[in-house]
Amino acid sequence: MSFLQQGLYELQELTLLTFRAFYRLRKKPRYFREVIQQIDIIGVGSTPIILLTGFFTGAVLVLQSFQILAYYGAQSQVGRMVTFSLFRELGPVLAGLMVAGRIGSAITAELGSMVVSQQIDAMRALGTDPVKKLVAPRIIALLVALPLLTVVANVSGIIGGGITSKYIFNLDTTVFISSVLDAITTKNIIVTLVKPFFFGLIIGSVACYKGLGTTGGTVGVGISTTRSVVLSSIVIIIADFFLTRALQNILGIDF
Amino acid sequence: MSQVNPFEERMFPAIEFRDVYLYYDDKKVLDGISFTVRKGETKIILGRSGGGKSTIIKLVLGLIKPDSGRILIDGEDITDYTEPEMMRVRQKIGMVFQEGALFDSLSVYDNVAYKLHEQGLPEEIVEEEVRKMLRFVDLEDAIDKMPSQLSGGMRRRVGIARALVGHPEIVLFDEPTAGLDPPTARTICELVVKLRDLENVSSIFVTHEMQNIEYLSSEYAVINEKGEVVFEKEGEKLCLINTEIMILREGKIIFSGKDEQLKKAATTDPYIRRFLHGR
Repeated sequence: MSFLQQGLYELQELTLLTFRAFYRLRKKPRYFREVIQQIDIIGVGSTPIILLTGFFTGAVLVLQSFQILAYYGAQSQVGRMVTFSLFRELGPVLAGLMVAGRIGSAITAELGSMVVSQQIDAMRALGTDPVKKLVAPRIIALLVALPLLTVVANVSGIIGGGITSKYIFNLDTTVFISSVLDAITTKNIIVTLVKPFFFGLIIGSVACYKGLGTTGGTVGVGISTTRSVVLSSIVIIIADFFLTRALQNILGIDF
Repeated sequence: MSQVNPFEERMFPAIEFRDVYLYYDDKKVLDGISFTVRKGETKIILGRSGGGKSTIIKLVLGLIKPDSGRILIDGEDITDYTEPEMMRVRQKIGMVFQEGALFDSLSVYDNVAYKLHEQGLPEEIVEEEVRKMLRFVDLEDAIDKMPSQLSGGMRRRVGIARALVGHPEIVLFDEPTAGLDPPTARTICELVVKLRDLENVSSIFVTHEMQNIEYLSSEYAVINEKGEVVFEKEGEKLCLINTEIMILREGKIIFSGKDEQLKKAATTDPYIRRFLHGR
């Protein structure tokens, strides 16, 4: 198989797996408990790292751009700038990449180990569909958790930016807050929630696909895990461009 | 007359392979395999590693599909079944994996109870059944342990208990004794004999250890006057007919028959002789 054929084949299998995960939900059992458990692991478990990355991203944004804004006499708009950047780009993408690293790898490693130790075969032999029991709950949990984590990243980023502008650049807090509030528009909220929804789908399906496709023992688990994280990170960044363009067309964002 | 003659029922195959071919990429794994396992029969499959033994078991469970040929379970053609349809068929099959394949994240209790939990049965019934099964494999003490705390033999026995929950009519053993010490291997063989003779279970037993064949094809289990299970050797008055041996070589069946026939074949066929005696 050529490289292109291999790529197309993987895309087909990945799409089929994702499709099956949703299609088979129409019949019982639905494993609601697994979904909640995964939301806990993915959402609550990732909150600390998302808080940290969000906070420092917002802080460094202000650090880098305050003086440029000041040059144009627009330092009062720094809150607006931070909010726009976070809501539209950095919040969703950073949360996506962090979760791809933390959760995508864990999912692939877990499913991969289950494959090589025959636990997936055992599960099928015991009459449970691994797509329903393992894949669907993880993808759904990511669809729920990632938008929420993005909001967490956004808020903590704004706080980070606010603290930096107050304590390093002596900007009045009320000025900062009012420019932040100016930037929290309906369109920005839609963008910041739609993007991670797609990123969650990407992370979940890539991680599960790579995990279930593991071959070659424990070494294979390592290889799959690496590939899963690399692939989902790259796809997130590429998809981000097209999503941005599509959302601009749909919402008519012409700022 | 709706009553089935027990003799006729025994003649009805539990598992049937009809001219099954399977390829991995370009490599031929199974080359026109046909055989039947009757109700209450144990079929021992011998062969070198990588000779397609475990593949046969995976085909029975529908974990993989053949490239051509038909597979029947209880007279039902499962070859073209989809995954959801296979789930129903798998309910009557128990499977013991090479290393036990226990779920790492679940305790011994939850592993054995897995099938019953999936069916949503009340906890009292589940616990009773789990304890019964663990008693059968003599591991009731380990009920609260995690799989990582168990030895290889214990994991295998928990795997057997898990496979037997729900009283499957067919049990598949994929090298259940590989890497175990002789007494533990013997215990596992005794379990297989008990299932065959006392529970009328049909089974496929994949192995390459000759000692297992000796146990399985020459001993039988009966319940004595005190109600205990005892093992007796076949002899003048009784000859075991419910255990057959099948040898695979490069995806083909090169021998099929009883242990007496196998010993005879070993004197003429150099491959079988090398397999039985190592030289």
